[in-house]
Formats: sequence, structure tokens, C-alpha cells
Amino acid sequence: MATTIAKPELLVGKRLRRREDPRLITGTATYVDDIKMPGMLYAVIVRSPHAAASIKSMDVSKAAQHPGVAAVFTGKDTEKVGPVPCGSSLPGLRVPHHYILAPERVYFVGHPVAVVVATDRYVAKDAADLIEIDWDVRGAVADPEKAIADGAPPVHPQWPDNKAFTHHQEGGDVDKAFAEADVIVKQRITSQRLIPTAMETRGVVAEWRAADRQLNLYSSTQIPHLMRSLVAQMLGLEENRLRVVTPEVGGGFGSKLNVYAEEALMGFVAMKLGKPVKWIESRRENFLCTIHGRGHVDYYEVAAKKDGTITGIKLLIIQDLGAYHQLLTPAIPTLSVLMMPGLYKTANIRADIIGAFTNCVPTDAYRGAGRPEATHGIERMVDILAAELKMDPVEIRLKNFIQKEDFPFPTATGLTYDTGDYSLPLKKALGMVGYEKLRAEQAEKRKKGELMGIGISTYGEICAFGPSPATPAGGWESATVKIDPSGKVTVMTGCSPHGQGEETTFAQIAADELGIDIDDILVLHGDTAIVQYGIGTFGSRATAVGGTALYFALQDLKAKIKKFGAFLLESDDATLAGGVVTCNKTGASKTLQEIAGATYRAMKLPANTEPGLIATHFWEPTNFTFPFGAHIVVSDIDRETGGITIRRYIAVDDCGNILNPLIVDGQVHGGVAQGLGQALWEEAVYDESGQLVTGEMTDYVLPRAHMMPWIESDHTTTPTPVNPLGVKGVGEAGTIGCSPAMVNSVVDALSPLGVRHIDMPMTPEKIWRLVQGASSQEPVARMGERL
Amino acid sequence: MIPQTFEYTAPKTLEEALQIIAGGGKPLSGGMSLIPMMKLRLAAPDHLVDLGRLKDLHYIREEGGALHIGATTTHQDVASSALVRGKCPLLAQTAGGVGDPQVRNRGTIGGSVAHADPSADYPAAMQALEAKFVLKGAKSERTVAAADFFLDTFLTALEPGEIVREVIVPVEDGSTGTHYEKVVQKASGFAVVGIAVRISRKAGKIVWARVGVTGLANHAYRATAVEKGLAGTSGGATEVQNAAAVVADGIEANSDLHASAEYRKHLAVVHTIRALLAALARTA
Repeated sequence: MATTIAKPELLVGKRLRRREDPRLITGTATYVDDIKMPGMLYAVIVRSPHAAASIKSMDVSKAAQHPGVAAVFTGKDTEKVGPVPCGSSLPGLRVPHHYILAPERVYFVGHPVAVVVATDRYVAKDAADLIEIDWDVRGAVADPEKAIADGAPPVHPQWPDNKAFTHHQEGGDVDKAFAEADVIVKQRITSQRLIPTAMETRGVVAEWRAADRQLNLYSSTQIPHLMRSLVAQMLGLEENRLRVVTPEVGGGFGSKLNVYAEEALMGFVAMKLGKPVKWIESRRENFLCTIHGRGHVDYYEVAAKKDGTITGIKLLIIQDLGAYHQLLTPAIPTLSVLMMPGLYKTANIRADIIGAFTNCVPTDAYRGAGRPEATHGIERMVDILAAELKMDPVEIRLKNFIQKEDFPFPTATGLTYDTGDYSLPLKKALGMVGYEKLRAEQAEKRKKGELMGIGISTYGEICAFGPSPATPAGGWESATVKIDPSGKVTVMTGCSPHGQGEETTFAQIAADELGIDIDDILVLHGDTAIVQYGIGTFGSRATAVGGTALYFALQDLKAKIKKFGAFLLESDDATLAGGVVTCNKTGASKTLQEIAGATYRAMKLPANTEPGLIATHFWEPTNFTFPFGAHIVVSDIDRETGGITIRRYIAVDDCGNILNPLIVDGQVHGGVAQGLGQALWEEAVYDESGQLVTGEMTDYVLPRAHMMPWIESDHTTTPTPVNPLGVKGVGEAGTIGCSPAMVNSVVDALSPLGVRHIDMPMTPEKIWRLVQGASSQEPVARMGERL
Repeated sequence: MIPQTFEYTAPKTLEEALQIIAGGGKPLSGGMSLIPMMKLRLAAPDHLVDLGRLKDLHYIREEGGALHIGATTTHQDVASSALVRGKCPLLAQTAGGVGDPQVRNRGTIGGSVAHADPSADYPAAMQALEAKFVLKGAKSERTVAAADFFLDTFLTALEPGEIVREVIVPVEDGSTGTHYEKVVQKASGFAVVGIAVRISRKAGKIVWARVGVTGLANHAYRATAVEKGLAGTSGGATEVQNAAAVVADGIEANSDLHASAEYRKHLAVVHTIRALLAALARTA
């Protein structure tokens, strides 16, 4: 047995390769679909082909009699299973009862109505095709603005106005700000529906061990513990009889920060049939039935002084909720409101949200969740204001930034920004790109009629969710650290990483704190039978909150190691360093391995000390963290085709202290890919009848490697005081910073043609039409009516 | 993503394959179009006849001043063949831009031609090359020109029981310059518009031009009006622009999520100009 190696070299801050990658790269990782159990059955779900309809009759007899079919269940069978949960509790929120199988009415294309369980997937699918349903098709509405207009077909008959909620928030004196403004700019800005498209679709395996009264649920999720609590409730099962395991998760981006009908449904099926059952979502189901992101129509008004000082912001958000509330659906636009002032020192805001039901799959958290929309809005508006005042977009930003001496800064939306120096990343990015020279080049090109744009976004984020009172299910995170008798270390984290690299970064933290080799540390997660309770990985929180929980668990453990070491050394003055406790008087020492063994053999114990070396810490943050940064995009437009070429992409992020620069770079790169996806290519398009037109990979344009620009990334480091690691979160930064920089760049390129705003995605045809002279402006009068 | 039950046969000889196909079997080549349709249950053939293992359908050879390419030759093999690159560069360039590496390694020239997707790349080149297709049935063999082969969306001159056995393309002489210009539909890899061009220029004059267009109409076509406009000119920028301007005249253009009919027609003109200029730059 190898000894536990004392290692004084610090690993935090090092560009270590991810320890989880070998199994992913070699194809030996276990995903849900890799799980096979004796006697396992396979489920195929029958879904509505209509966006709005009633089931007049359903005949499942042919399917039930099909050879190999074990059972068919419909909404009538599952009516008693609890509804798919909504975790948000906005005042006055209308929450439709979300059955796991629709018993009578369906509200979106893909709405599950029956499940066929058979000996294999093919038989199940063949049998599913034999189910005959007589539909009474009703009028549908797929556009949120049309949904809340008079005369729209009601999504839920009990709420004919299609409004799930309205939300109002105000700070300062916005009417005074607008009355006294020198200039007011207005713009309608949309943030289109996106399909999260994790590489691994969702999937569930449920195994019911009746004799033990034990349900094992294997699911590709970001939140195993919350899922256990919620699915147990749905199934009426005691929580301690449900174990949720997340094997490898092939991407989530928020889409697996949820509890879906299928998780409870597979539990139901397994318990009914007494056999394990597997359901793997097809890509088409993934597009139709897993949550979408964004779905905003925003009406902005910004009031300012002649010198560019922003004095007030009004915002109306019309949020496309889809047909139901999934776990966090209504909460997402409230995050946009919280971040609507961006990095700017505006005391006066007014925000309204109208949550609109539509006959579409629900929206919910998708990478950034409300903050990309807010950042996109304010960063577009600042550019529009700069253009109106003929100011440079850099100058107007520097003028309005919250200054570094203002922190902690109370915002008009009720937050307290922790720390920052917003000019740092902007100035660094400008230096990297060579701003002055580019502007000179642009001026020359404009004389020749060539279209070149420089787009800037300076963005702030709210991360590290968060203090528990501000979150629906607790905002803390947990860690357990266990040192074996042989001195080997196991970390169990309550956050459930799925691509963020915490098996590496958490091991780095533990290695440094304990002063041992990283290979002596194992990080476990994602199994409710192994890990103490936890919240999950989302909202750029895992390292800032979960890493801090680990840090404190390690402090507890270090105290015990030191106490035990000193006891063994019979010293009253000992130091723990580099994995060794040393008596400061005699110089005698005990290694971690020796101390660990002694704590378990327990031949002698210090007073009031339990045997063993294990510590658990639940850490509750006092505030969010607020990372920031600057992105700059230089683009060239092909006048003839409308094609956009990205010449330079600069990303400077300030996420506080960096535990592993390689992982941070990867997070920024992936985030930028998804940001560019929204800015340039992606859009979930529903037609008027509620059919998803972009229902396949052949029509939904995802960014691919060859479509990406070279990203020049760098960082500034402003540690947060909120946690002792000084880390703020970086998982969503790239996405949040990206889309406004990209759109600002193209608008800048087209500004000589009088273009002021372009909605996403900026397809070549859209750009071509703008070059041809079509107007991109929404009628301003329409905005005035709304606000 | 789960196809219906089907029978699968991998015959050892072409004759055996054709007999099963004559009896209603569906020929399977690279499967790049058929298999996705089966997974979505948009196609549900009872019996798949896999041509992929027939070695005598996988070849590229020069014969009688033309290149003969067996039906199951992959796009990658066409794109990387020294023979094709040297003697029919338009075909090699077109093959190299089909889909993505996975598709090029699986997809075949015969399968693509027979499928006749209106946005596929090959048909544009086939029109410009005036390619010939050898169509073989259990008891018949005939040769059909590209101009008579592509009839409509997913519809060709293939009769029931026939497969595309071979594609015949000309060997270019030193006077010819060629180019394929493609606007990629980024999700699918197909062409929003694809323009395949061959130009023969001698002593500074265009002797003839061939222009094949895909993506624009219900099937790939030859833009003969553009060809006529170029013949006899020196191929100057204005002449090229004037000739290219009519590439979409009289065409009922496709319109979808990715490009409206109006934009497609505009792209066709722009990219015909670009393709012609690129091809002209390659003429002697």
C-alpha cells in the first residue's frame, strides 16, 4: 500500500489537467444508458402531436396485447402521483396542476400522455405506435406577446388572459429621473428561445426492491438530493427509501436542474411492475420536452443626462413561460430584474414582468438563466445611448461604472455587489485588442464603404447561489472529508458536478489544505446514499459555495489532526504543515498516515475526542458573488451576402481567485460558444400552431468547433470577500458576456447605414436585409403604450 | 430514434443484390440519409439490401477519356483520390465539402445521387460535368445523362429495381478551370445554395461554360442562360456579372427556415459570380 505523500507544493492556481477526463476520453465512463440490470424493461413515452388538444378517447388495447409489452399506463393510472413540482413561490403565482401523464388535456407538442413498457425499446416503440388517440384539437398560441393580447386562445382555460403572474419592482425615483432626463432612448429587445441541447439527453433507470422497500433512481441530473426529496414526495415514498444516483452527466447547462415527469413516472412504473425500467430520451424528445432557455421580449427605456450619465432604467419583460412551471420557470426573469442595472451606478429603476403562458415546452434555467438576458439588454441600451449622444462606447461605460471605492455597493434592485473594479478588465481588453488602432482602421474602411464593427460588452453576474433566504431550496452547500486509517482522503461534495471539473479543483483545495499529494484524494459526488445532503451544481455556485464548505470541513479536520498529532507527540506546542504535525519544541513529528491510523485504533484518545477522522460542514453564504468582465468582438460583414466574420474575440473575466486556469479557460470557451450560438445561430422556432419547426439537429443550428473564432482570453483578479477562497464563479460568464459584445459589434458595423439594433440570431439573411435598407426598428409608439 | 423492424441482407454479389431489390428490397449504401429517416420512422423499408460490402462497386478508374466511379465509393475517397483531384477537380472539391468528416467517410456517391436531395452538393457538380449514370436492374443496364436523371425533389429517372451502379464524369483538359461555391446550411451541412462551374477558355476567350446549381430549386439544374451569356466573352468582371445575373431567372426558389426564396436567389447570383471568377482564375 502506497503511503500518503506529504507535499508542501501548492496546487491551487496550477493549470492541472482534469482528473475526470481519462474516463471520458477513453469511453469508459458510465452514463445512465450504460446501466443494464437483469430483467430490465424499457419505456417509450407516447406524446401529444398537438400543442393544444383534449383526448376524446384513447385505445391502448392493441399496444397492451403486442408481444413483449409488459404494461401500458395512461394519465388515468398515474393521476394520484403528485404533480411535477414548481419551486418558485412568487406572490399570486398561478400554478397549473402538472400531471406526469396528461389525463385529459394537453398543452404543448410532446406532452406525455401514456407510457409503454416492454422487453426492449424497439418493441415498446412499435407498441406505442399502436395506441389510438382521438384528439379534439384546440386553438394554440406560441408567441408570448400574442398570448397576452386580447382574444388569444387560453392555454389553461381557467386563466383566459394567459398571465401566470406579474411582478413589479422599483428602486429610487424613476419618474423624477425620466422627467429630468436630457435624453431618453427606447428599444424593444428580444432574447429568443434556445434549446439547451446537452450532448447526453436525459435518461432514467428506476429499480424497485420491494422486499427492502427501496427505490433506486439513476438519473442524468444536476440535483440528485433535491430530486430525491421531490420525487419521494410525488410518489408518496418515504425519502429515506429513495436513493438517487447520478452517473456521469453528459452536460446540463441548467436543463437538468429540474425534476421532470419522467423521473417520477419511471419510479411509478418500476414500483408497479416490480422490475427495473429504463427510459432514454431521444434527441427529438430532448428538443420537444426538455426545458428551453431565454424566451424574453424586453421593452427598455433609459434616461440620461447630456454628458452620458445614466439616471434611470425602465424595463418590461414579457417572459415566455411555456405551458407549465418547471422547477424554477417563473423565477428566472426575476434574476434579470435583479441584474438590470449591470455595472452602472443607476439609483432609479422600474421593472415589470408579465409571465405569459404559451402552448410550448416550459422555459427554465439555461446557462446564465436570466442574467444573459439582463446583460444583453443593458449592454445594448448603453450602446444605443452612446450612439444617440455620439459618445464612444468605452467612454460612456467608464463614466457610469460603479467605482471601486463604492463597494460593497447597494444596487437599486436591492442587491449588494461584493467587490469590483470594473475598469480593469475593460482596459485590459482594450489593450489586448488595440482599440485606438482598430477605430482608425474602421474609419478608413467606412470611407470605402466596408463594414467593420467593434463591439464591447462589460458585464456583471450574480453567482454563487446563494444565501438560503434568496433561494427556493436552501443556498448552502455541504462537504464531508473522510480520512481512512491508512491516511487516504475521500471528499464527498453535495454539489453534483457534471463537467465543471470539481473532481480536480476540489482535490486541489484538499491537497493544499492537508499538505498531501493530489493522488491521495478521491472526490465523490452524485449519490444520495453516499453523500450527505447537498443542493447541486448550477448558477456558478459549486466552487464558491461547495468549495468553501469543503474548505471549512478541512479546517475542522485539520484541527483534529493537529490535536491528535500533538497528543501522540505529547506536545503542547505543535504545528500542522505539509501533512505532518511537528512538535515545535522537540522537532519530533507524526505523518498524517500515522495520525490517521492512531485515530482509528484509538488506543489512546485525547480528552473529549472521538475516534476517527471525518468532518462534515454545511456552509451558508452571507451574500452572492458578483463576477465581472469585458468582451470585445471585432467583426467584418460581407455586404453582398450578409455573412459575419469574427476577426478577433477578446474575453477578460474577473472571477476572483482562480483555482485552475485550464478549467477556467474551458468554462469561458464553452460559455462563449453558447453565447455566440444565441447571437448568431440558435433559435427554437415554433409555428403559429405550436409545432416546433427546429425539431431536429438538421434545422437547429448549434455552434460547432469549426464555427468558433479563436478566443483570446485573460483575467483580472479581484477576490471576493464573501468566501475565504476568494472565488466568485465562472461557469456562465462566457455566455453572459458574449451575446451583447457580438451584437454590438455587428450593429457598430452597420451603424453607418442607420442601424441601431438587431435582434438575435443575427442570420446572414437578416443582415443582408438590413444592408438592403430594411428597417430593424420596432415602432416606438408601441413601447410607450406598454410602459 | 428507433426504427421499425426490418430484414437486412448483405449480398455477396451485385446480381444477388439486384434480385432482392427487384423483389422490393431497399438498397442501402452509406445510409447517411436513409438511416436517419428510418430512425424517425419517416421511412420504414421491410428489407434493406446493403450494397456496402460489394467490393466491385467501390472503385475509381480512368477509361476512354472519362473517370468511372463505382456507386459505393465514399465522398472521402472521391475527395482524396489523386486521379479525381488531377483529372476532375470539380468533383473532388465538391466531395470534400459534403457534410462533415463522418458523413464523408460513410456517405457514397451513388447513394447521394440516387437520393436526389434538392440541397445535396453532388448534383450541382453532376449537372456541370454532364455526368452519366449507369443504372442497373436485375435484367437491365442503361446509361442516363445527369440532365435527364434529376426529375424532382427526391425523384430521379431510376425505375423500381434499379440502382445507380456507376458515375461517369469527364476528364478535364488543360483549358478548363472549375470551382464549387457553397453556402452551407450550418445545422445540416447541406447547401443553401451551391454553384458548380466549369469554364474552358482558350486564347483569352471562353469557349464554353457549364454551371450546375443546387439548393435553389426542386432539383439541381444547369443554368444554360448563364452558360450562353459567357460563351465567346473574355470573362471580364462585368461580363461575368451580367451572365450570372440570370442564374435564378424563371426558377421557383426553395424557401425555408434558413433562407427565403428571395435571399436564395440573391445568393445564387452572388455565388455564381464568385464561382465563375474562381474558375476563370484557374483556366490557363
